[in-house]
Amino acid sequence: MSEVTLRVNGERHSLDVEPSTPLLYVLRNDLGLRGPRFGCGLGQCGTCTVLMDGRAIRSCMRPVSRAEGEITTLEGLSAAGELDPVQQAWIDEQVPQCGYCQNGQILTAKALLDRNPDPSDEEIRQGMNGALCRCMTYYRVQSAVKRASEAIANGGGGADPNGAGGVNGAGAAAGEVDR
Amino acid sequence: MKRAAELSPRLDDALARWEGGTSRRDFLKTSGLFVLGFSSVGFSSVGFSSAGSGGGRGIGVAGLGPNGSGDPGETNSYPDPDYLQLDSWLVVHEDGSATFYVGKTDGGQGTGTAMRQMMCDELDLAYDRATLVMGRTDMTVDQGGSGGSDAIERDALPARRVAAEARRVLLELASERFDVPADELTVSEGVVSVAADPARAATYGDLIGGRRFDVALTGRNVNETTGLAPIKSVQELRVVGRSLPRYDIPAKVDGSLEWAVDVQLPGMVHARNVRPPFAGARLASVDESSVRDIPGFIRVVREGNYVAVVCEREEQAIRAAESLALEWEKSETAPFPSSEDLFEYMRGATPVGAGTGTSPRPRAEGDPDAALASAATVVEAGYDIPFQGHTAIGPAHAVADPSDGQMTVYTNDMKPYSHRTGIAEFLGMPPARVRVIWMEGPQLYGRTAADDAGFEAAYLARELGRPVRVQWMRHEETAWDTKGPAFAIDLRGGLDDAGNVVALDYRARIANYAHVGYNQADTVLIAQLMGIRPEQPSPGGGRGPDEMYHIPNRREETRAVRFPLAFETPLRTGNLRDPNGPQTTFAGESFIDEMAAAANADPVEFRLRLLRGTTEDDATFRRARSIAVVEAAAEAFGWDPRPSPRAPGSGRILTGRGISYAYRVQTAVATIAEVEVDRESGRVWVRRMVCAHDCGLVINPDGLENTIQGNLLHGISRTLYEEVQFDGERVTSVDWRTHPTITHRDAPEQIDVVIVNGDPNPDRPDLPHYGAGEPSHRTVPAAIANAIYDATGVRMRRIPLRPERVLEELAAAGA
Repeated sequence: MSEVTLRVNGERHSLDVEPSTPLLYVLRNDLGLRGPRFGCGLGQCGTCTVLMDGRAIRSCMRPVSRAEGEITTLEGLSAAGELDPVQQAWIDEQVPQCGYCQNGQILTAKALLDRNPDPSDEEIRQGMNGALCRCMTYYRVQSAVKRASEAIANGGGGADPNGAGGVNGAGAAAGEVDR
Repeated sequence: MKRAAELSPRLDDALARWEGGTSRRDFLKTSGLFVLGFSSVGFSSVGFSSAGSGGGRGIGVAGLGPNGSGDPGETNSYPDPDYLQLDSWLVVHEDGSATFYVGKTDGGQGTGTAMRQMMCDELDLAYDRATLVMGRTDMTVDQGGSGGSDAIERDALPARRVAAEARRVLLELASERFDVPADELTVSEGVVSVAADPARAATYGDLIGGRRFDVALTGRNVNETTGLAPIKSVQELRVVGRSLPRYDIPAKVDGSLEWAVDVQLPGMVHARNVRPPFAGARLASVDESSVRDIPGFIRVVREGNYVAVVCEREEQAIRAAESLALEWEKSETAPFPSSEDLFEYMRGATPVGAGTGTSPRPRAEGDPDAALASAATVVEAGYDIPFQGHTAIGPAHAVADPSDGQMTVYTNDMKPYSHRTGIAEFLGMPPARVRVIWMEGPQLYGRTAADDAGFEAAYLARELGRPVRVQWMRHEETAWDTKGPAFAIDLRGGLDDAGNVVALDYRARIANYAHVGYNQADTVLIAQLMGIRPEQPSPGGGRGPDEMYHIPNRREETRAVRFPLAFETPLRTGNLRDPNGPQTTFAGESFIDEMAAAANADPVEFRLRLLRGTTEDDATFRRARSIAVVEAAAEAFGWDPRPSPRAPGSGRILTGRGISYAYRVQTAVATIAEVEVDRESGRVWVRRMVCAHDCGLVINPDGLENTIQGNLLHGISRTLYEEVQFDGERVTSVDWRTHPTITHRDAPEQIDVVIVNGDPNPDRPDLPHYGAGEPSHRTVPAAIANAIYDATGVRMRRIPLRPERVLEELAAAGA
């Protein structure tokens, strides 16, 4: 064991762990974060995705000693209490089914839109391709990426107060989904 | 230990209400809902502990109750909630809100949201004034959990009736309070008022908040549960039929939901399994010294061929499982053929067991042999469908807590009730001392390895005397999860001079001899590896395609074939979404297209002719609704009537369209796929899909659409990519490269879901709600194969259609 320092969702953590420990287990088991989840341990599915300095990385493959940048997990996207436009788009499009992989879908989309705020359909397919979903929600994921892209272009921060959508939001038509 | 504020909204809501103020356990205890006293172990773990009881219990205080209460008889037993008590299903709180308790689980298809909508409607309560708790064996009545797409079709009915009964009782209470007959009262969103004097009003909270109804229900089983009140007619429903947002989605999107995979208990340790490297291998020896120096190492657990390592930390357990030195002895007999030889093996093997189809159609009608002998044209074709895996995105997992002589298992298993009784039997514990708490997890499309992981966690927790969390690795999940069975299906059809189908002979061989049911103490993987055996292997069997075609002479036979290895096999089969539907409908609906082509007929028109051949035997309107969905799909697609294949294209990309139709139970579906075939790369892209779907009364249109979209894409994945591969000694599909799945790149550009909903029978008074979790899935493989035929003129009879196979088939046909 040795002391490792991490910056996660704006906070610094010093931990006494084996430096080769994959970042995933430290985030989940030491810091109690629930966004990144184990999917394959092989970097093939994206379920464990986190952002490191804004880039999507696979926390199942990254030794904690090499997690040197600012780490953002799914929880960190809305740390200020307001949903990120990507998260809001996921609610508005009612994307998830089981939802286990959606951490990877959302963070992959976040990284994609940060470097390319207005991706074409083809760029969305390519950019999202490494994020697997076994409920096969790809169709709605792609719609949500487009919706988030539009929200960002319109200067959208978080939730659109006039939008339908969230369970707690006042929908356009009596709380119903308007997709 | 988590703070109450960190609990997922659903659990937080459900539990906080009981822990503060009126406690659920006192409430239920005094209400006599349980045969025995209600357990106060209740919520004392997983972050429930701090919700009101002032901290959790430590591990290592066996014999003491939670918080050291020292009352094992009272604290470690979990009697069954009584389905014949209204209070078991529904509670109205002092603020007029309500909590519903249902014995179902939700795999992400919005079952919970739909049930809440239905119960709110019957209770006359606004949707956002209710919450719903699912699948906790100590808290929700046993409705079996999920399976068979029956939550909405079957299990919602008792829930609706109970909510209607609660409304009736609330009206009675208001009637007494205002001294006005109940029929002179009106109800709106949880407020009862006197119709003639609306100022005289009371909320549900005023009338009964925090107190029990104490109303007995009747019914010989949970499905029959009813009170005195009738449920509403379709015309009276207000909450049902609306696309209300799913309540579970926000917490899945912001990371706040606590999943089964997140459960952490004080003193919890981590386990990983070590599987046999060869199917049927026997464990000769284990060298524990190979892992003893790994930091955090606690123990190697071995029983028969079952091996697990337990460490303090998760990554330590993974490392120990990878490092453990073992000696295995290979079986002398090959356990199974290779996946390349599979279909030849299946066709040549002598079938076992009676293996009858369970299709409602008689197994033989007319004289198919004579009709084939005298037919103008005979069409013959064989179809091959491989083993396919559940391969959940999150490998199987569970956490088990063995403290105080009880066992609590946290799992995403879709059938928590049989999980509980199976684990109790396996461990030799009274079921009342075992509790299963369902929490959200990766997909639950049937008999997944979640069953196996829960048994493993419980066994290891008992062995260790500490809470144990186990999760399978990717290679285990892909290789050892239960499989959807392979099929080899041969068909012969006869056409007369006019192109009418006069005979159909369907003969299927299904490789599900090692079929395992749900949560069986003698077939879960750990039991098999320990050498526990049921008296007989599964007899196997399966069902044929479900369609309403009128064909005067037909025969249908489905029989199982076996491999040498029936137990401890990674090719064990178990229900995978619509267990036989995609396979049999692939054969059946591809073959209908082959006959349409032989008759030079348009595939839609050909099907409609077969459906319209008779009007008999249509009491449930199944045939009429089948006709309606075929017509609706064709119309929505813009189907241009002509025979397939189309005139051959000359470019690199060939396009075509194909239709497939089926019903499942009472749900009728027709799906049209439009494909692009790249004849240089062999890649098939399903560019557009149209699905016409009739599942009766729709509870939540957007939720239904999401469910159908998932079914369709899952179908594309199984048609184009998925195949479990194996050599003569082991499964070689171990990750996403060796068992590929559909990706973003492969998703259709356009999906049109057409909700048909009961046409063409407008006079039907109340169309019930049928299932939608699986029916559309089965139509996909044939729709794609038929579209490829339309595009290329080449018939694809073996799935999956990965590029290399498509290229081979195109080359063989000279296309």
